[in-house]
Amino acid sequence: MAAVGPAETARAGWPAAPSRGLVVWIVALGAFALLWANAATLAPWAQEWPRAWTPRIAFSISAFMRWLVDEATSGLFTFTEFTRFLSALVEAPYRFVLAILSTGLLSGQGSQAVQIAPPVSWAGIIGVFVIAAHAADGRRLALLAIACLGFILVFGQWDSAMVTLASIVVAVPAGAVGGLLLGLAAYRWRAFERAISPVLDLMQTIPIFAYLVPILFLFGFGPVAAILATIIYAMPPMTRIAVVALRGVAPEIRDLGRMTGCTPRQMTWRVMVPAAMPGLMVGVNQVIMLSLNMVIIASMIGAGGLGFDVLSALRRLDFGAGLEAGVAIVALAVLLDRTSQAFAKTTVQRAHADGAGFATRHPYLLAALAVVVASFLAGLVLPPLARWPEAWELSTGTFWSELVRWINVNFFDELEAVKNALLLNVLIPFKRFLLGLPWLGVALLAGVAGWTLSGFRLAALSVALSTLIAVSGLWEEAMTTVYLCGLSVVFALMIGVPIGVWSADRPRVWRVVQAVIDTLQTLPSFVYLMPVVMLFRVGDFTAMIAIVAYALAPAIRYTAHGLHQVDPKLIEAGRAAGCTPFQLLVKIRLKLALPEIMLGVNQTIMLALSMLVITALVGTRDLGQEVYIALTKADTGRGIVAGLAVAFIAIIADRLIAAGAARARARLGLSGQGGS
Amino acid sequence: MDEKRAPAPAPFLIADTMPDTDAPEAAAKLVCRSVWKFFGPDADRLGRAADEGTLRPDELDGATAVAAVRDVSLSIREGECFVIMGLSGSGKSTLVRCMSRLVEPSAGEIVFDGENLLSASEKRMIEIRRRHMGMVFQNFALLPHLTVLGNVAFPLEVQGVGRSKREARAMEMIALVGLSGREHFFPRELSGGQQQRVGIARSLAVEPDLWFLDEPFSALDPLIRREMQDEFMRLQSVLKKTIVFITHDFDEAIRLGDRIAVMKDGAVVQVGTPDEIVLAPATGYVSEFTRNVTRAKVVKVSALLSPAGDVSPADVAGEVSDRATIAEAAPLFGESGVRLLVRGRDGAIAGVLERDRVAAMMMRG
Repeated sequence: MAAVGPAETARAGWPAAPSRGLVVWIVALGAFALLWANAATLAPWAQEWPRAWTPRIAFSISAFMRWLVDEATSGLFTFTEFTRFLSALVEAPYRFVLAILSTGLLSGQGSQAVQIAPPVSWAGIIGVFVIAAHAADGRRLALLAIACLGFILVFGQWDSAMVTLASIVVAVPAGAVGGLLLGLAAYRWRAFERAISPVLDLMQTIPIFAYLVPILFLFGFGPVAAILATIIYAMPPMTRIAVVALRGVAPEIRDLGRMTGCTPRQMTWRVMVPAAMPGLMVGVNQVIMLSLNMVIIASMIGAGGLGFDVLSALRRLDFGAGLEAGVAIVALAVLLDRTSQAFAKTTVQRAHADGAGFATRHPYLLAALAVVVASFLAGLVLPPLARWPEAWELSTGTFWSELVRWINVNFFDELEAVKNALLLNVLIPFKRFLLGLPWLGVALLAGVAGWTLSGFRLAALSVALSTLIAVSGLWEEAMTTVYLCGLSVVFALMIGVPIGVWSADRPRVWRVVQAVIDTLQTLPSFVYLMPVVMLFRVGDFTAMIAIVAYALAPAIRYTAHGLHQVDPKLIEAGRAAGCTPFQLLVKIRLKLALPEIMLGVNQTIMLALSMLVITALVGTRDLGQEVYIALTKADTGRGIVAGLAVAFIAIIADRLIAAGAARARARLGLSGQGGS
Repeated sequence: MDEKRAPAPAPFLIADTMPDTDAPEAAAKLVCRSVWKFFGPDADRLGRAADEGTLRPDELDGATAVAAVRDVSLSIREGECFVIMGLSGSGKSTLVRCMSRLVEPSAGEIVFDGENLLSASEKRMIEIRRRHMGMVFQNFALLPHLTVLGNVAFPLEVQGVGRSKREARAMEMIALVGLSGREHFFPRELSGGQQQRVGIARSLAVEPDLWFLDEPFSALDPLIRREMQDEFMRLQSVLKKTIVFITHDFDEAIRLGDRIAVMKDGAVVQVGTPDEIVLAPATGYVSEFTRNVTRAKVVKVSALLSPAGDVSPADVAGEVSDRATIAEAAPLFGESGVRLLVRGRDGAIAGVLERDRVAAMMMRG
């Protein structure tokens, strides 16, 4: 590490003699204090970037988009024709899959449409999933398939779930293939990789809402736009994983391909892609999970299905209905996740089958076909087999709503007291403090932090990005974001780290905790909002609780993981030296787990930021709100600028913490290993 | 892996199966002239310098490039098994990859059948690799998604050979390496030795003129390794390919090689037949390897030949080929024989082998 000198000489914590780093900090803090005290009078531009100086970035972007749609042409075709072509490319397969799963084959338009063939019935679809699950991993997975789909069916979520499934069936192959192609290009041409790498970084940090806006603008409102947004969202991780998987192919396999005289095309499709298949399947699994993550958000631009149910339940504050639709999404996610993972494993471990006929080689395929046909015929005789009767549907929705109402009725005063105490004593003072800071001083401090943690480049990056935020005129919103996010992260850590420490040593507790945080992480983030809104009504406090609940998982996970990773020999050494359990924890285990815990902090911040935009729905006044307003007005420029501002905050936090973790790791001599 | 080669009954038999590489008319199949390979930022500049002959030794020390192959000149003759032996990091794998241009040499010439490969177009290289070269890899490099049959047929599939034809050819090769009945297995269902048999069958499927084997048996257990070496010698006695065999195992080198090149730090230290290397190691580095070798098992009768003069048939205890090893010849002396009559390949008398000289050599170990 070419780290800056000072802390290297210190063994741990602060250096004994005033070193360069300390001096820089003292000077920086002094300058900051001066700025803070006098900026308002001496240099008002350092306190608040003058509106007149703010370039109209948002306006220019919007104008550019309008130009794209109205006038841009490549000579052969206009840009609008191009976007229409893309829509058609997505729409045709979507309509087809939707017809099979949900609407049936229709002839005619709109309300005059006549069904010429019914969709595959619930019995047929469950049958196909069970057979696929059995083919992938045997009876246990088949039972899971029955449980998941059975839940969806019995709780009346079937129709919505099929609409969601249809968009996933279209989005996943497109995202996987698109990601693979980008990955292949990046693997082949270093320059291309260097070009897209920062774009991928940005796409993963920018809140999804921000690119919903241009998509909405270009492709209109509807399932097609939603599918396109899903594809774009799911592609970057696939690209990354594809590059890693291709790089991981043994060099000898590459040599083999060249020695047998493969042309570049044969090399790619006959050698590299098949050899990288296990890794690529991990990417496909990621694409599936990310597509499901997008379900609710995509419903804001017209995806329909389960996501729309959650969203409208949120608008009606119908917690029960929202929870059921949310759990249905989780059920779908669990099923698709496990099945795709199991398939990934079986393709790797396929056993030989001596030259047998088609039927013996593909028993599952034939069984699935048979089930579809049989369910269709059975549906003709017994209508409930084709369509689950509404009278048989269950709902726990009212129970949950009643529960929340009961709490509200009986504990209103207590809840209100807690909320007000926190608001008045912590939230509002902290917010005031942050909003009062001069932007120049904050940028300066971020730069100094970057310099001490890593070096000049990070310092320059931090200063540049914070200045850009100020220049864009969104400083106040950005600081509100930092305040909400920062406080939430602090609370999440205050709760999460002790739980992590407590459960790390107790395997049985850890299993329970792990199950809980796994569920928390797969549950769509919107579902958190509802009970909190019902208990505390809209406002910053509600948003904070939702963020804390969502961001808790990584704080717990990384803490426990870091403690698990500590070398047992060192613990033994500590015990031999006569440490009490508490000393052992504080002096050895937590110290060594620090880099891992810092990664947890990083993840917590990232999740908190991604939750921010969603909490805009409950009336916060931060960058998330900015993006949300832009979305409702289809104001591309405003959305992108606010989205970028969130991304900048994320990048600064991410780089600073990553540098800190790297330094801690280097100091502990744990170089290289561990990591994400 | 089951049929081991039967122990040779008489020295003549073994000798006759060995390719005759000493014959002067054996044409050079592959020639390397002053081949260099540099890695690192300075590689291009140093490569040009080496080509122009302006490269000074001191230039290599300060440069930010590593010379993985240094000024290697070799000539590999038609039909011989040429072993390149060196420890890890000696540049042997890089050298063999330079020979097929899997690694682009920085300087020098690679002449294959009279054609300079370094000036061949990429298309021509694909053609040469497809038709004339085969390679076996240390870690087998089998494609995990293809069966044994698919793997062996793969080079033919790449060439566009029709399905029935390429599978027939692949089945032949599978039978040749003794894997019949496992055509439909996937690589991970086979043992290491079996996997390498697949690798060998695959490399032979296109009937290459030049057969590269890059440490083919290093990843195998010692017992399997021995078995595979026997199998390799059996195959070579049938196929008589021109072979470039890479190994880090000196015993393997003298066992299999007609000629051996010993490499150290990218340069070739010595080239010679196993006899020459064992009897006259060129440097202290080479003698490190030869020290523990039982010479009698390596050295050929021809190396200890005395002039025949006029020996009467009564004087000789028996006859022996000049290509038998001393260890094989020794039992023929019997209790009291003093000399053996040595005949060359053509059957003419080449000289005699004296008991004293054999004894002296065996005493030295």
